[in-house]
Amino acid sequence: MQWSWIPQNWSIIWPYTLDNLLLGLVPPLLGLVIAVPVGIACVARRWLYPPVLSLTSALYALPSLALFVVLIAYTGLGNLTVIIPLTLFSLCVLIPNVVDGLRSVAEPVRQAATAMGFTQLRRLVQVELPLAVPVVIAGLRVAVVSSISLASLGQLIGVSSLGYFFIDGLQRDFPTEIYVGLGLTIILALVCDLILVTARTLLTPWARGRRVAPSPLTPGPPVVVR
Amino acid sequence: MSFLTFAWDWLKSPQQWHGAGGIPIRVLEHLYYAGLPLLIATAIAVPLGLLLGHHGRGGFVVINVTNIWRAVPTLGLLILVVVLLGLGVLSWLIPLVVLAIPPILINTYEGVGGVDPELKDAARGMGMTDWQLLWKVEVPVAVPLIMLGLRTGAIFVVATATIAAEIGVGGLGRYIIDGLAANNYGEVAGGAAVIVVLALVVQAAFTGLRRLVVPRGLRLQARGSR
Repeated sequence: MQWSWIPQNWSIIWPYTLDNLLLGLVPPLLGLVIAVPVGIACVARRWLYPPVLSLTSALYALPSLALFVVLIAYTGLGNLTVIIPLTLFSLCVLIPNVVDGLRSVAEPVRQAATAMGFTQLRRLVQVELPLAVPVVIAGLRVAVVSSISLASLGQLIGVSSLGYFFIDGLQRDFPTEIYVGLGLTIILALVCDLILVTARTLLTPWARGRRVAPSPLTPGPPVVVR
Repeated sequence: MSFLTFAWDWLKSPQQWHGAGGIPIRVLEHLYYAGLPLLIATAIAVPLGLLLGHHGRGGFVVINVTNIWRAVPTLGLLILVVVLLGLGVLSWLIPLVVLAIPPILINTYEGVGGVDPELKDAARGMGMTDWQLLWKVEVPVAVPLIMLGLRTGAIFVVATATIAAEIGVGGLGRYIIDGLAANNYGEVAGGAAVIVVLALVVQAAFTGLRRLVVPRGLRLQARGSR
């Protein structure tokens, strides 16, 4: 490890880090925009959920590199070629978590809202979705951390990311560069994870103090790795 | 021309189906590069997960290992090991085994650790020893999650074995990496198509295996709760 390499090359490290961050954050956010309505639909129409789940789990099986190169034919060698597959992968975590989150709302709570005269829409927006936030954020954390780490594969098709330091390090047989790429990817993932944990605390004030705040590294409810 | 046209043109040429670089050999190589690490990882992670889950210890470590695992870019780890060790069996085997362990470990741990305590009490009340409790109660109840872990691990090694072509090993990833290097999109597309089919077959095989080994009692229970 040559520590002096880092300050000397800061001007190239920074842009690749930002590109990687962008590729890591856009897909989960796009995924969330899609997963919330799809999840709501799956809860409302029960028959819809099994086929949606089969579709997302089939998608999850596909290697990201294979999806990238399939998309080259349509979206060329730009950011979209990486963003679309990573968005699809995010859906594989986000849709089940939106559904689980909405289903986790206790029946008495739902009935109380109805008894107070809430319409279905108002109950959804003001009661069910807020109560689903912890489970949805747990899924978002998995999606963000995975996207940040998968984004480096974009470099194999020339899409700029921290993967640059892996490939350049391999060609130059220079471990320092690889350590820098690995370290920065993990730091980016941890920082984004911390931000999401903070967001969860801010968005669910009623849960504060009721349980011990989990460490930034421990996930929310679903620990199962799909 | 679309992806499918490119892929089809490449696949239908007879020369792709013969010799050392032909599709049948590459598929077998791929199954070897994915299967061997999966076997070794299973041999390590399942017993460890059973041990930790049975005693209810080490949960914090298992969960943290899984979270860091998600953040580690596979390409970076593969390249780091090959730059440090040089290209040999260990340079692809070590990272693939290390990367396949966490999903199997956490699902086994969660499966065994999550067995209903009342069920365990009943088993102990019947006079079962620790060993009988593990094999007759905990393992059968945990089988669905253990199988989910194995499937996730399998999907993961198939994808990572594809990327391993970048460090110079064989398998189907060769078509993508070599095709990209030679600017031959036909080869890239054909390779990606074969990988997609292989990944779906592997996933279907593990889903089928799961149906086969889940105890009948659990299936009846799942049907009843619907």
